[in-house]
Amino acid sequence: MSNHTDSPSALSRRSVLRRTAAVGLLATPAAGLLSACVGGGTDEPSTSATGQVTAENPLGVSVETPVEVVIFDGGLGTKYATDVHIPSYEKKFPKSKVKFSSTQEVSTTLQPRFASNTPPDMVNNAGSKLMDQGKLVEAQQVADLSDLFAAPSLDIAGKTVGETLIPGTIEQGTFNGKPYVLNYAYTVFGLWYSGKLFKDNGWAAPTTWADFTALLDKMKAKGITPYSYAGANAAYYQYLVILTTAAKIGGADVLKAIDNLEPNAWKSDAVKQAATLWGEIGAKYGDKAHLGLKHTEVQLLQNQYKVGFYPSGSWLENEQSKDTPAGFDYQVAAIPGATASDKLPATGLYAAAGEMYFVASKGGNVQGGKEYLRHMLSKAGAKGFTELTKSLTVVTGAAEGLTLSPGLTSANAALTAAGAANFSFRWDAWYKNLDDECRAATNELMFQGGNADKFCSRMQAAADKTEKKFSR
Amino acid sequence: MRQGKYPFVIGFLIAPLALYGMFVLRPIAAAVQVSMTNWSGLSPNFDFVGLENFSKLLDDDKVWLAAKHHVFLLVTLPVITIALALFFAFLLNMGGGTRGGMMTGVWGSKFYRVVFFLPQVLAVVIVGVIFGRVYAPDGSGVLNRFLGLFGIDAVPFMAEYGLWSILGVLVWQAVGFYVVLFAAGMSSIPAEIYEAAVMDGASRVTIFFRVTIPLLMETVKVAWVYLGILAMDAFALVMVLSIDEGGPDGATTVLPVQIYKSGIRESDYGYASALGVALAVFTIIFAVLSLRGGKRNAVEH
Repeated sequence: MSNHTDSPSALSRRSVLRRTAAVGLLATPAAGLLSACVGGGTDEPSTSATGQVTAENPLGVSVETPVEVVIFDGGLGTKYATDVHIPSYEKKFPKSKVKFSSTQEVSTTLQPRFASNTPPDMVNNAGSKLMDQGKLVEAQQVADLSDLFAAPSLDIAGKTVGETLIPGTIEQGTFNGKPYVLNYAYTVFGLWYSGKLFKDNGWAAPTTWADFTALLDKMKAKGITPYSYAGANAAYYQYLVILTTAAKIGGADVLKAIDNLEPNAWKSDAVKQAATLWGEIGAKYGDKAHLGLKHTEVQLLQNQYKVGFYPSGSWLENEQSKDTPAGFDYQVAAIPGATASDKLPATGLYAAAGEMYFVASKGGNVQGGKEYLRHMLSKAGAKGFTELTKSLTVVTGAAEGLTLSPGLTSANAALTAAGAANFSFRWDAWYKNLDDECRAATNELMFQGGNADKFCSRMQAAADKTEKKFSR
Repeated sequence: MRQGKYPFVIGFLIAPLALYGMFVLRPIAAAVQVSMTNWSGLSPNFDFVGLENFSKLLDDDKVWLAAKHHVFLLVTLPVITIALALFFAFLLNMGGGTRGGMMTGVWGSKFYRVVFFLPQVLAVVIVGVIFGRVYAPDGSGVLNRFLGLFGIDAVPFMAEYGLWSILGVLVWQAVGFYVVLFAAGMSSIPAEIYEAAVMDGASRVTIFFRVTIPLLMETVKVAWVYLGILAMDAFALVMVLSIDEGGPDGATTVLPVQIYKSGIRESDYGYASALGVALAVFTIIFAVLSLRGGKRNAVEH
């Protein structure tokens, strides 16, 4: 297999069928069957509607063509789309209609539509059944968003859409040099705890590893499980924490090397040290029973003050809003510094744009899909999103003037404290097989008596087997 | 009359055959063909890669692990289920001893029949969710709460005994159906045979092993094939119950879960189809072997 990302597939469908027949393994009528099943559509890009480019309509949207959007109905809900972004689009293009639908199973619903080249125009690719974004880009199903980011912002005067975004946003959605995906929600990852629990006990968020373990000891003495995550379905929260520590020890380049599948990237000293430290935390302060729990169960235990620290992203507060007792006061702490010679400060954070939105390149209204994203990225659109979902967006300053919840305020403060020391990785979205392997390796390390050497060598073995498709 | 026979027969067969061809044979053929491509499922384009997916399959540790689990289930699931079902069916039909020369069931057997059959009418996913609570690894789990009464520490069922736990659920759900199947088989055994056995002074145990089982052998064989096919599946239960969908670390994975992961999650439909073809071949081989295996020495009544 070769790299198809930037070049059209070397084989046209016709030549595939011809070769298929030539190989003689498949009879010709059978080949006809195959094409009937697999390829409902044609290879030629479908003609997408366009309109006149004007100052008012910088993307050249056809004013009468409807645009179809599909939103994932998960933790963020769909109200932000139906109540904020869709009205905004329809106000600007009164003759056009936004055809809205939502799904909880993105892949099951949309995969057949991509396979037949009749995709919706704009897709929110999220949830546990999301489509493999890397594979979608590779299959040339995703539109290049360069013109969107170069277009003027809808309501922030004098700036292009790209200039209104938090630095790193566009990069986060870039595949081999071209921006294909908008990551809309800005997420801060760290260790979440109850402000009330800490205040009642006179505890403070730790900044060094010694403080951290001392605090965990105190929690243990109180009969609280000091540190936990859900092994059954949320091991990726924990591998994110391990790699955050690795980045603090060895600098953000450690993560870059892993993303780029560099030789022995997983065996670097920083990763090994981080895995050793966290393996000790798991063995000493974890609860083996939590290997069998789901994320909602562990989060509920924390709401009952039975778990001290819980690693997660800033969506946690919104997700738990129904179960959180009054006065719980969600707070987030950056992961404590690991050693005295850390390359990054203890305030460093894994912070990244997440929640993927993309425009299908073979939809009926490609420019309309991009225009819809422009409405999402307007100041009003972003503000409405933050109000309805308690999540920050990638639009700079869009949360100004809003009253934020305790958790979001704390996340914002952590972000300010981190300054330039924020980092992220991409390999989990690029190579789903590595994600699967790392969940298993992390559970082994934290719950099942594994060790750092095993963790590093099995991840390195999996990475070595992976064919490189992307780099940054 | 004779002349019109074939058009008449064909006329009746053509619609069902066309439907069968369209919705059963064609997808099977397509799956075989997709298994020889690198189709991602996300676009109409694909390359033909021959048998590459199948050679990849042979090097995939998780596939071998899954195959091992299927072998485990293939042995344990039918043996345990059939043994329990035969035992229960015997108790229901003739466990109450003889009354006036007729075998009768234990007291309350009609009630038990309903109780045994109940799990069968529950959807698998609901069974999975219920057992999620039964097996919960802390004090909130039914089993662990029970063990706690005796001062036994909480057992992490899914983490350490995952496959056994899943086997337990499979047996629990399947037993009811086979109780009914065997009970029906037993009631079709002529009463005279039992009368003769009772008159000769045979005990209940002797009757069970010497009369009932030999006469039920054909039914048991059919049950064996059904249960074997169930052992080749187990997908829904593993997905709902196990840690990390087939974990921890592949400890409960089965081939359908691997198919799901490589197809839906990793968008590698070519490889997923190859796994599907392999699974289908295994299942067919198993069915043929077990149906062939005991054609001889069937006892007629």
